[in-house]
Amino acid sequence: MSNAILRLDDVYTDIAQYHVLHGISLDVPEGGVHVLLGRNGAGKTTTLRTIMGLWRARKGAIVFRHHDITAMKTPDIARLGVAFVPENMGIFGGLTVEENMRLAAAHGRFDDQRLQRIFALFPAMEKFWDRQAHALSGGQKQMLAISRAIIEKRDLILIDEPTKGLAPAIIRAMIDAFREIAQETTILLVEQNFHFARALGETVAVIDDGRIVHRGSMAELAGDEALQNRFLSLSMEAH
Amino acid sequence: MSLLVNTSRRVPVGRLVVYGVVLVVGLCLMFAPFLFPDVRAQEVAARICVFIVLVASYDLLIGYTGIVSFAHTMFFGLGAYGTAIALRTMGPGFDAILLGGSLGVLAALVLAVLIGLLSLRVKAIFFAMITLAAASVMMVLASQLSEFTGGEDGMTYTIPRFFSPANTLVEDADGKALRIFGVALNGRLALYYFVFLSSLFLFLAMLRIVASPLGTVLEAIRENEMRAEAIGYRVVSYRTAIFCIAAVIAALAGILRAVWLRYTGPDVTLSFDIMLDVLLMVVIGGMGTMMGAVIGVVIMTLAQFYLKDLMEAGASATADMPLLPDMLNPDRWLLWLGIVFILLVYFFPAGIAGTLMGKGGHK
Amino acid sequence: MTKTISDTFERFGGVFLLPVILGLVAFLLIGRPSTWVTLTVAGLAMGMMIFLMASGLSLIFGLMDVLNFGHSAFVSFGAFIAASVLASLGVWVTGGSAAMNILALMAAIAAATAFGALAGWAFERIIVKPVYKDHLRQILITMGALIVAEEIILMVWGGSPLPVPRPAVLTGSFVFGNISIEVYRVFAFLLGLAVYIAMHFALNRTRVGLLIRAGVENREMVEALGFRIDRLFIAVFMAGSALAAMGGAMWAGYQGLITPAIGSEMMILVFIVVIIGGLGSIEGSLLGAILVGLMANYVAFLFPKMSLASNMILMMAILLWRPYGLKPAVKG
Repeated sequence: MSNAILRLDDVYTDIAQYHVLHGISLDVPEGGVHVLLGRNGAGKTTTLRTIMGLWRARKGAIVFRHHDITAMKTPDIARLGVAFVPENMGIFGGLTVEENMRLAAAHGRFDDQRLQRIFALFPAMEKFWDRQAHALSGGQKQMLAISRAIIEKRDLILIDEPTKGLAPAIIRAMIDAFREIAQETTILLVEQNFHFARALGETVAVIDDGRIVHRGSMAELAGDEALQNRFLSLSMEAH
Repeated sequence: MSLLVNTSRRVPVGRLVVYGVVLVVGLCLMFAPFLFPDVRAQEVAARICVFIVLVASYDLLIGYTGIVSFAHTMFFGLGAYGTAIALRTMGPGFDAILLGGSLGVLAALVLAVLIGLLSLRVKAIFFAMITLAAASVMMVLASQLSEFTGGEDGMTYTIPRFFSPANTLVEDADGKALRIFGVALNGRLALYYFVFLSSLFLFLAMLRIVASPLGTVLEAIRENEMRAEAIGYRVVSYRTAIFCIAAVIAALAGILRAVWLRYTGPDVTLSFDIMLDVLLMVVIGGMGTMMGAVIGVVIMTLAQFYLKDLMEAGASATADMPLLPDMLNPDRWLLWLGIVFILLVYFFPAGIAGTLMGKGGHK
Repeated sequence: MTKTISDTFERFGGVFLLPVILGLVAFLLIGRPSTWVTLTVAGLAMGMMIFLMASGLSLIFGLMDVLNFGHSAFVSFGAFIAASVLASLGVWVTGGSAAMNILALMAAIAAATAFGALAGWAFERIIVKPVYKDHLRQILITMGALIVAEEIILMVWGGSPLPVPRPAVLTGSFVFGNISIEVYRVFAFLLGLAVYIAMHFALNRTRVGLLIRAGVENREMVEALGFRIDRLFIAVFMAGSALAAMGGAMWAGYQGLITPAIGSEMMILVFIVVIIGGLGSIEGSLLGAILVGLMANYVAFLFPKMSLASNMILMMAILLWRPYGLKPAVKG
């Protein structure tokens, strides 16, 4: 695919003495939501962290737009327009909601229009604007993490299991929010919740034991029981 | 650090060298009274014996388990002070050594359990600070409770007559101590072998511990604490256990030190300088290898006793140059040791034995 | 019942009540108000000087997860540099002109602080940077650096105690009735307070401060937001070292006679403060420092032999009650 915004080419990553990724190759097309499915320990989180430069690839190449970011430092990757929402959300609990967002805003100044759009998506952010983030509920923290990722326009957002531990009602709200966010950016989403993934994803890649074992469109996977059984048993058996 | 890489890089020659050196050291110590009959050399030999035990027990913590404690000389001191106080109050007898030593070891054990349970669950760095604080309080106590401890001056006492040079073990025809290769078979010799054999026994016990299942678990904890916890090991209990074992062994070494020296004071047992020595010995020799403890102790002790002479010569040779004589002043030998230490930690974190044996050391 | 007590406790200031409680208990035990005031002022002054030394260590640890065992070397260097500067200024220090006195004092403190910052920079680059994320080697290598630093002090200033001239304007006492308060103690307290306020302002009102607070909680996320945390590290390390040197300079003036062991003697108290206060927060450091300062002075008067042990017991008690210290920075 030539319109890929992000390309991983045969990426190997080790954590301490453990080999975690064994040659991940992946194209993420520009625009929309793209999903990485896989069971616990398959290497999904490692893939995201390797893209972000938080772990180093031992081998292979990662290209974002036309920048080779394989060996780049995390802050430089972020400055190219990549946002990261880690599994634990990475909220600064001792800082207020406002301070959390201000850190992510360019030069610490808010673009009012974007801020209003975020408040429309997640009204809780406006309500708890001056509250310390550790006092927020789990869902609100997740909203804050996502708000922080979109307070500036980013080209690519990496999100690690945003639905983990959230109530179904909040997940439904998240789906709407993600649809809107995906209008202006590309989202690479790591998920275990297939229903959430199916509602959003355009393309899907299934990862198992550090390798991509399936790639295709979400529609194809959603329509093919046999395929689902083969790969989703992989991604579901942990549940 | 990848385990696979290390195994493939292991050089058997280096391993042989290390074992060879340790064997030679062991033989030298075993026959020290015959090989090096002068008094200073015997002091060095006895010191090496005791410190091998002390340093190896510290290595159980820092090298095998990844616990950084600064309280090790505190335990060492408890054993020594217990023995010394008993010998001074009860008079020179084996009962005093036994009772005082036991009380010292018991005190070390109790303190180790307390410190371990209280603080081994926190971060390594926190633990280091807490043990440092505990050790300094012990130091202050030792100097302030001078009616028991002799304060800063420490205390001298007599040890059982059996260990005195006047005691003849085997009499010759004239009723004097029998001499073998010119060495009198007197109490002093018995004392040396008491120290040597006790140290040997403790060292072998530690070799046994690190080869036991306990040792394996400890290494698993050191390599990956969360994983060990996940597998189901109760990390805090294991850490506390090894902390107590190391404390008891250190206290036992303290007894040996007290009996050999016939003097106990802060500067030979409790002081922070001794703690630094132990730390340097472990790192120079190689963390996580019992053999490294032997090598580290021998090198450092020889350096302490003989390097100063060398620096003295260097200082007088460069007397009219600027700065150099200051830096070569024998009192400044710690400066050089500190620099060597830093370089070692950078470039050879596995120490001498570890590097030779191809153990990459752990991160 | 216990719940109501703890609720009331929290409402009236929570852990910040502790120094007040300590003061009240001491008042009852001491009995003589004039003695109590003298001891309290001495405790507060000592606390503020320890705060200078401890706050930097705490922030460095909080932000970088680096415990610098060499921190006390900056205290020693600060003390000796200040002493040398004061000694070299001669009549500026001892003369009657208050303005000259103050200038000389400023020069001494500034020299110590500037040296602390510079040495901190070198220390971070050469000693600490190669061993980030490796606690064991960090402890070892900073320990090695401490040995080298202490030897350098011995080499430059020698081993015998060095007298520190005190500026004339800071000698003597304020006397109110039968209560007398040393001028130097008031000055030390005020300087410490000023530094605390400045730090508080910098951390809470500036963008760098915001970054530091965020970094203390989660370094990785700060990087993922596009900030170079290594630059922040150097800045904080320099500031922390400078503060330690400033604390050393102040402590030197307080003691009047210093030895190369000054740093290691203070290090124990500094560690206790950092542990009691909770790592990574300057509020915690302040609280811990004041507790330790008061405790040291009260106990030194009441039970002279228990002084250091009392702080140790205080630390143990607080760790049992709050394993992460009184006011740790919020993590996660």
